[in-house]
Amino acid sequence: MSTETEVRVEDKLYQNRYRVDSGRSHIVVAPHETPPPELLALVTICPARCYEINGKGQVEVAHDGCMECGTCRVVAEGSGAITWTYPRGGYGVQFKFG
Amino acid sequence: MTEKFDAIVVGAGMAGNAAALTMAKRGLKVLQIERGEYPGAKNVQGAILYADAVEKLVPGFRDDAPLERHLVEQRFWMMDDTSHTGLHYRSEDFNEEKPNRYTIIRSQFDRWLSRQVQEAGGLVLCETTVTELLTDGRGRVIGVRTDRRDGDVLADVVILAEGVNGLLGSRAGLRERPAPENVALAVKEMHFLPRETIEARFNLKGEEGVVIEAAGTISRGMTGMGFLYTNRESISIGIGCLVSDMARAGHAPYALLEAFKRHPSVAPLLEGSEVKEYAGHLIPEGGYRAIPKLYGDGWLVAGDAAQLNNAIHREGSNLALTSGQIAGETVAELYARRAAPTARALAAYEARLNDSFVMKDLKKYKDMPALLHAGSQNYFLTYPQLVSKAMQNFVRVDGVPKIEKERRTLRSVLAARSLGGLLGDAVRMARAWR
Repeated sequence: MSTETEVRVEDKLYQNRYRVDSGRSHIVVAPHETPPPELLALVTICPARCYEINGKGQVEVAHDGCMECGTCRVVAEGSGAITWTYPRGGYGVQFKFG
Repeated sequence: MTEKFDAIVVGAGMAGNAAALTMAKRGLKVLQIERGEYPGAKNVQGAILYADAVEKLVPGFRDDAPLERHLVEQRFWMMDDTSHTGLHYRSEDFNEEKPNRYTIIRSQFDRWLSRQVQEAGGLVLCETTVTELLTDGRGRVIGVRTDRRDGDVLADVVILAEGVNGLLGSRAGLRERPAPENVALAVKEMHFLPRETIEARFNLKGEEGVVIEAAGTISRGMTGMGFLYTNRESISIGIGCLVSDMARAGHAPYALLEAFKRHPSVAPLLEGSEVKEYAGHLIPEGGYRAIPKLYGDGWLVAGDAAQLNNAIHREGSNLALTSGQIAGETVAELYARRAAPTARALAAYEARLNDSFVMKDLKKYKDMPALLHAGSQNYFLTYPQLVSKAMQNFVRVDGVPKIEKERRTLRSVLAARSLGGLLGDAVRMARAWR
């Protein structure tokens, strides 16, 4: 009963307000040949779908739609698969309602 | 910047605003630092506000604060894929002069509460991220480093109200990063509808509001819950599940939310609405056993950063407000006595929290998180399905004698969960609840 394919996260994020810190990602994925399981888990669990698998089978992050929830940090920072910090002051998601 | 403050508060959410307001009112020179564009820009909540905790900070808040609806009805729903079994409590008593609970919209409420801080003399600095805590050679916290130019600021004491992620505290080694089994990821949408439509659909008049808390197959066997709250002209709807469960089961949070929205019991309530925001946030769920160290030399931690959330009663904002207020009072009293905020002196914070409902409630439910986590398949999948089957057997009239229907219900219960399993669950639940 997978509904993932029917849900377009981009459409959801389009409603949100962001001040994107272009070219300065607050999340960095550690270089890897094949992604460890905790990194692969982020592709599904990230609520903004910031993580994707590229053509070489590696996991990449695009921080533009990030809601700064910290789920990826909780799952994958401990093993060193990613590093996570807050965006610079004033940047990132700005919730209109929260 | 070499300016020195009596206290710095990191974060302008419930806990931070309560702490800053309390100290500013008592004449301390307070700097509050918020990384969002405005207070509330980074904050997400369902959201229900508990009047008692706000009243203690701003007694006349009802005349002034942006409140949505006061709650007159609570619905608990146990859901399977096509049904819900409800326990509803609605009372005219809740239409009282000073209502007990309200729905709010966080970014509006937080801006209002922050204005109270500023009117009391607190300095609020937004668009500024605190990057680390400054310490002296002996580990005493003496201020913060921000991402502003020359952004070091000193203070006698720093109150960490930085939210569930608690990045500063874990970077400084004051506490661990939250564990996946101790936080839930909640996703939420704001659905706008004309207020008459909301009032008609939920049987409300005027400013009355309804809360729906839902559990069952919507979390697909994971420890989790859905919620639906009525605001004036919008509905907050969301679902949250433990991060450890979600990572293991491989469910996407937005897929869970879509399925919840499409449930036949929910979809008609949202029909025709316009979605204006989608948010994701973590909720502390570890309870009493996950509470980190709450104070040290020159620092205190309050609210979500201290994991102060009552997952069983879905209370968080009141624990944040109250812990922030107690933190502020503790610091203000030391300041009045001209006593240094050493770890020993700040231990008073924990002692006062222990005497309050915050710790008493969390202690009461200290075994619940582990129980629900370990038994999530039973509590969130098997039992809701059994309840639905039993209810259907009870109400459907089809020529089968009632005695046979009861037998069928009993058989299906025993087949799904043995007698030993049932009794064990009952005993474990009773023990953890006590």
